[in-house]
Amino acid sequence: MIDNLPFLVVAGTIMIGLYAILMKKDLIKMIMGISLVESGVNLFLIALGYRWDSIAPIFTGAPSLAMVMPTVQALTLTSIVIGVATLALLLSLVMVIYRYYHTTDVRKVTKLQG
Amino acid sequence: MDILLSNLPGLLIAIPLLGAFITPILSRAGDSIRTTWILIITTLTSLCGLLVASRVLESGPLVYAFGVDALSHVIPPDSGGIPIRIIFTIDPASAFMLIIASIVGFCITLYSISSMEKLSGKDGFYTLLLLLIAGVYGMIATGDLFNFFVFLEISSLAGAALVAYRIDKGVAAEAGLKYAALSTLGGMLFLVGIGLLYAQYNSLNMAVIADRMQLTSLDIIAFVLFFTALAMKCGAVPMHFWTPDSYAMAPSAITAFLVVSSQASLYALFRVCFTLYGGQINPLTVGWIIIILGVLSMFVGVTMAIPQKDVKRLMAYHAVSQTGYMLLGVGVGLAALSSTCLSQSVGMMALKGGLFHIMNHALYKGLLFLTAGVIMYRCGTRNLNQLGGLGHSMKWTMVFFMIGSLAIAGIPPFNGFASKLLIYESTFLFNPILAVIAMVVSILTLASFVKVFHSMFMGPVLPEYQDVKEAPMPMLIAMGILACLVVLFGLFPQQVVDMLVAPAASALVDYHGYISAVLGGA
Repeated sequence: MIDNLPFLVVAGTIMIGLYAILMKKDLIKMIMGISLVESGVNLFLIALGYRWDSIAPIFTGAPSLAMVMPTVQALTLTSIVIGVATLALLLSLVMVIYRYYHTTDVRKVTKLQG
Repeated sequence: MDILLSNLPGLLIAIPLLGAFITPILSRAGDSIRTTWILIITTLTSLCGLLVASRVLESGPLVYAFGVDALSHVIPPDSGGIPIRIIFTIDPASAFMLIIASIVGFCITLYSISSMEKLSGKDGFYTLLLLLIAGVYGMIATGDLFNFFVFLEISSLAGAALVAYRIDKGVAAEAGLKYAALSTLGGMLFLVGIGLLYAQYNSLNMAVIADRMQLTSLDIIAFVLFFTALAMKCGAVPMHFWTPDSYAMAPSAITAFLVVSSQASLYALFRVCFTLYGGQINPLTVGWIIIILGVLSMFVGVTMAIPQKDVKRLMAYHAVSQTGYMLLGVGVGLAALSSTCLSQSVGMMALKGGLFHIMNHALYKGLLFLTAGVIMYRCGTRNLNQLGGLGHSMKWTMVFFMIGSLAIAGIPPFNGFASKLLIYESTFLFNPILAVIAMVVSILTLASFVKVFHSMFMGPVLPEYQDVKEAPMPMLIAMGILACLVVLFGLFPQQVVDMLVAPAASALVDYHGYISAVLGGA
């Protein structure tokens, strides 16, 4: 049970993020939701590679052979960098929208329909 | 020279990426230098894509690992049979997509050079354009799931920024935000799927995962995540709502390439169904899911297109509808290949039809969006109610539009007819109702384009468009290349199918070949 705790947290974070994306009516809050989903996915990748009682994967003079999986950490780093770029782009688009519409309410940002 | 030739798959990504990041620096030296630079870079990239594709079609799948000189080092002896490097795997199906991306990529860059001439912000535009091209090439060529995710994100970020590039009182920013948010969410779903597979099979390489695939319940969850993310990115119907917005608001040249980027997602969807889960998933169930998505896309797309007044929005809905044909063809192929009462040739024919339609769609849809862009460039509006009588002054544009719209409606002798015929014939043998729906949708498409043609080009010269001129030369050349290919592929469909489409279809079906190309027959 305690081993699965990280995955439960992951599921919780992603669910809260999806809730924010689907239910909130404010663009900034929806983007917060997207960011939460991203964090959940990153946590998921890190949790996959973790082993109990293990050391960092450096072979020189290693005290034991149980090591944390380094690949997923590399994946997570890449994914964090991509996440930052996406978040910056999304927020700057919201800024542009706010400048022209004077609102960030999704019910009023609806010039494209039909 | 040899070293260049042996590293072609690497250069495929390196040239546009390098070109993209040098563009803002070179722009300081002046407009003409930047234009020359962009033309050189795209020509080289397209040439590289075509060379790689021709080598693959000649001598079978190409495996390229970054950072090693010999192919035997792809799998280090102490790694337990796992390829540890970033590996590009280009088989005939990828080569097929590379050809599409090369042709359309070259044409849209040529076109943007005149369509961007009078506008500001060219540095960012060309940088993002080259990044978009690099992302699409990467999605097609890579043989590694995480690498695919990275290229997917590169192409969606560049695409979203380009959609919102001309802010247009905030409307384009709205479309860009929609595209960016959906792509990010799709990308995250995809990444969870990758995590699930990596946890079980200790590898990110598609061939290794395909080889070890057990189809546990976690694999099925991963499959659903991949399927949803990619179907969203290619604009199949329940997830199509971003398509009309972003296709309509993006600059026309970009829209033509966004179509290719959607098709790269479509290619990845087929890759996941046929190669990654090859022979493991239930082909009948998945085939029918793809067929249902396809039929829905065809029908909803075309019915939404008919009442549109904005010419690019109308074309965007038609793009959704045409994506349905590709899904229908490939879905029928997947289902019929596993069926015991139908012969294998029916399934292969449907698969060929679906794939051939991808290529044809990229050509004629690109052409149509470019003609819409010319009209926007010369008249300043996309509203069909305000346009009229343009046929008097824009003769070439009219001819190109005519070629494109006859091709999309599936009228012989244009290329749309050739691929639709393959889809009709095979689908009729599989399930006649599906073939009837496909034909009805084609007729509706024709009706819709007749209306557009009439309201844009026919009628007397309107006073406000009295001194409208023909499109500038680079635009005409770009559209001319696409139009020539549309006609050529329509006149000689058999040769194209034999040369390009049939190898791609058999490469998709033959997942053992893909695995052994990477793992060396192990």
